[in-house]
Amino acid sequence: MKKRIGLITLAIVVVNFFLTGAFSDTKLIKIDGSSTVFPITEAVAEEFQKQYPGIKVMVGISGTGGGFKRFCRAETDISDASRPIKPKEVELCKENNIEYIEVPVAYDGLAVMVNPQNTWVDYLTVKELKKIWEPSSQGVITKWSQIRAGFPDKEIHLFGPGTDSGTFDYFTEAICGKSGASRGDYTASEDDNILVEGIASDPFALGYFGLAYYEQNKDKLKIVPIDDEDDTNGKGAIAPSLETVMDSTYQPLSRPIFIYISTKAAKKDEVKKFVEFYLKEAKKLVVEVGYIPLPDEAYKAALERFQKGITGSVFGGKGAKVGVKMEELLRMEK
Amino acid sequence: MSRKIFSRRLDKIFKILGISFMVFSLLVLLVLLIDVFLDGKSRLTWGFLTSFPSRKPQQAGILSAWVGSVWIMITTAIFALPLGIGAGIYLEEYARKNRLTKFIEINIANLAGVPSIIYGLLGLGLFVRYLNLDRSVLAGGLTLALLVLPIIILSTQQALRAIPFSIREASYAVGATKWQTVRHQLLPAALGNIMTGVILAMSRAIGETAPLITIGALTYIAFLPQSPIIFLKNFPFVRFSLKGMFDPFTVLPIQIFNWVSRPQKGFFTNAAAGIIVLLCLTLIMNISAILLRHHYQGKIRW
Repeated sequence: MKKRIGLITLAIVVVNFFLTGAFSDTKLIKIDGSSTVFPITEAVAEEFQKQYPGIKVMVGISGTGGGFKRFCRAETDISDASRPIKPKEVELCKENNIEYIEVPVAYDGLAVMVNPQNTWVDYLTVKELKKIWEPSSQGVITKWSQIRAGFPDKEIHLFGPGTDSGTFDYFTEAICGKSGASRGDYTASEDDNILVEGIASDPFALGYFGLAYYEQNKDKLKIVPIDDEDDTNGKGAIAPSLETVMDSTYQPLSRPIFIYISTKAAKKDEVKKFVEFYLKEAKKLVVEVGYIPLPDEAYKAALERFQKGITGSVFGGKGAKVGVKMEELLRMEK
Repeated sequence: MSRKIFSRRLDKIFKILGISFMVFSLLVLLVLLIDVFLDGKSRLTWGFLTSFPSRKPQQAGILSAWVGSVWIMITTAIFALPLGIGAGIYLEEYARKNRLTKFIEINIANLAGVPSIIYGLLGLGLFVRYLNLDRSVLAGGLTLALLVLPIIILSTQQALRAIPFSIREASYAVGATKWQTVRHQLLPAALGNIMTGVILAMSRAIGETAPLITIGALTYIAFLPQSPIIFLKNFPFVRFSLKGMFDPFTVLPIQIFNWVSRPQKGFFTNAAAGIIVLLCLTLIMNISAILLRHHYQGKIRW
C-alpha cells in the first residue's frame, strides 16, 4: 500500500512537469561585455526595471572582447565596450550577419598617480610617460633621476593593470603608440583597488588606472597632471577632472566608452525603450557611478543615430583611437 | 639519559609542536573570520538577503546571488550524486581489477586535480554551445557536477574500501547476490563516509567562481529563476516546475568578486557581508554532513 501511494505521488509530480509548458513569455534584454561599462549599464538597468517592471534586463561582465564574441554570435542584444569594435570582431559579426549600432555613453579618464609623499613630480609630459612605460625601458629606466634631471636618485616602482584589461590597451596605445606595447616589469593587477593600495603605501610608486578609483581615494593618492605638448587642446599640464575630460582638454588619457546594439534587437520594442532610456538617463547615472558624462549635444546625436538606425562604427572598425571628441565624430557622420 | 626517557621526551615535544601548529592555523582562521565579520556586520540585515543588487551600496542585496547559489547546488547534486556514487560502486565492487580499471582510476584521480577553469571551458563548449543550454542554471549545474564528480567517485571508493572484506564474505555465505550485498550491507555502512565526501565536494563547488564566469554566469540580474513549486488557486492547487533550470543566474562568489573590484567603499562592506553569508551556507552544509554521518553510523550493527 505504501508503495502504491508513492507511485501515485510520483505520477502526479511527473504529469505536473509536463503541464507547465504554458508560461507567458517574459521580455528579456541580454547584455554582456566590458567590466568598465558595467557599473553604468547596471545603474540604467536598475532604474529601467523600476519603470518597466514587465521587462527583465541581465548584464554580464565577459570583458569587451568576450562580450563582442558573444554579441557577434547573436547571443546578446547589447554589448558593453570600453573601446570601439576591432577589425577581427567586425569580420566575425559580418560572418554571422550581425549589424550593429554604436552608441557612446560616457567618458572614462585614466589617471596617473603617485604617492602623496612624492614632492618632486608636479606634472609629466607624454614623452616622459612613454620613456617610463615603453617596452625598451624594461630593466633600463629604473630610477626617478633617469626621467627628468632634478628628480631624486631613487628607484621607481611601477603599478598598472594587467594585459587583459581595456585600460591597459588604451594606455599603451595613447602613450607608447601601439596597443599592448608596455614594459613587463611592473606590478600588475586586474583589481584597481590593489593598485590603489600599492601606490598609497610606496613613496617611490607611479601607476595608472581609471579615474573613478582616484575619486574614491583622494586622501591616499596624488594625481599627476599630464602635458601632451599640444597647445590646441589646452595649454600646459592638465589634471583629469570632470571638466577637463568633458571638454577634451585632458588628452590623450581620456576615452569614450560605448554600447553596441544589434539591429535585430533594436527592432524589439523593449530594447528600443531600454536604449532610449539609457541615453536619456545616462547623464545623471554616469556621474553617480563615478564616470564622466558626454556633453548634452553628444547624447542627442547618439539618440538620433540610434533612432535612424545608422549602423557601423564611427572609428571605421579599426579599434581604439586616441584623443577623440565624441560630438565631433558624431557630427561628421551626418 | 636512557633511550626510553629520550623517546618519551621526543613524544612530548612532538605533541606540543602538533598542538601549536593547530592553534596557529585556527588563530589565522579566527582573525580572518573576525575581520570579515567586523567589516560586514553593519550590512547583515534582512533587507540584504531579500533585495537585488543595486548601484547604491546601501540598497544592494544578494537575493539573486544566494538563490542562484542554492539552485546551482541542487542541480549539481542531482547530477553528480547518482553518477559519482554509481561509478564509485562499480569501480570498487564490480569492475575486474585489471590494467584498464587501474588506468581509469588513475585518470579520475588526475581529474580531481585539474584547475576548475578547464571545466568551465568544457562546460562552455559542451553544455552552453553544443547542447544549446545557453547560460542557464542547468548548464552551470552540469559544469560544476563534472568538477565535483572525481571527488565523489574517489570518496565513494575509499568509503567502500574501508569496510572489512569479511562483511562481503558473510553476506555471500548466506546466499546474497552481489547487488543485495551492496544494497543491504555495503551502502548503509559506507553512507556516512560517502556523505562526508559528497558534502566536502559540494562545499568546494559553492565557492567556485572561475568556471561559472567562463560559462557566462551573469553579474547583474534582478530576477530569480522560476520557482520549482507554484501554488495555484484551483485544482490541483500546487504545480511543480523545473523550468527555472533554464533561466539565467548569478552566484554568491561572482557577486562578491564584482563588489570587491568596485571603487566605492560601501561595496567592500557588502562584499564582507556576502562572504559571511557564503561562509554560513558552507557551515550549514558541513554541519549537515556531520549530522548525517552520526545518523548512519549509529544505524549499522553487524
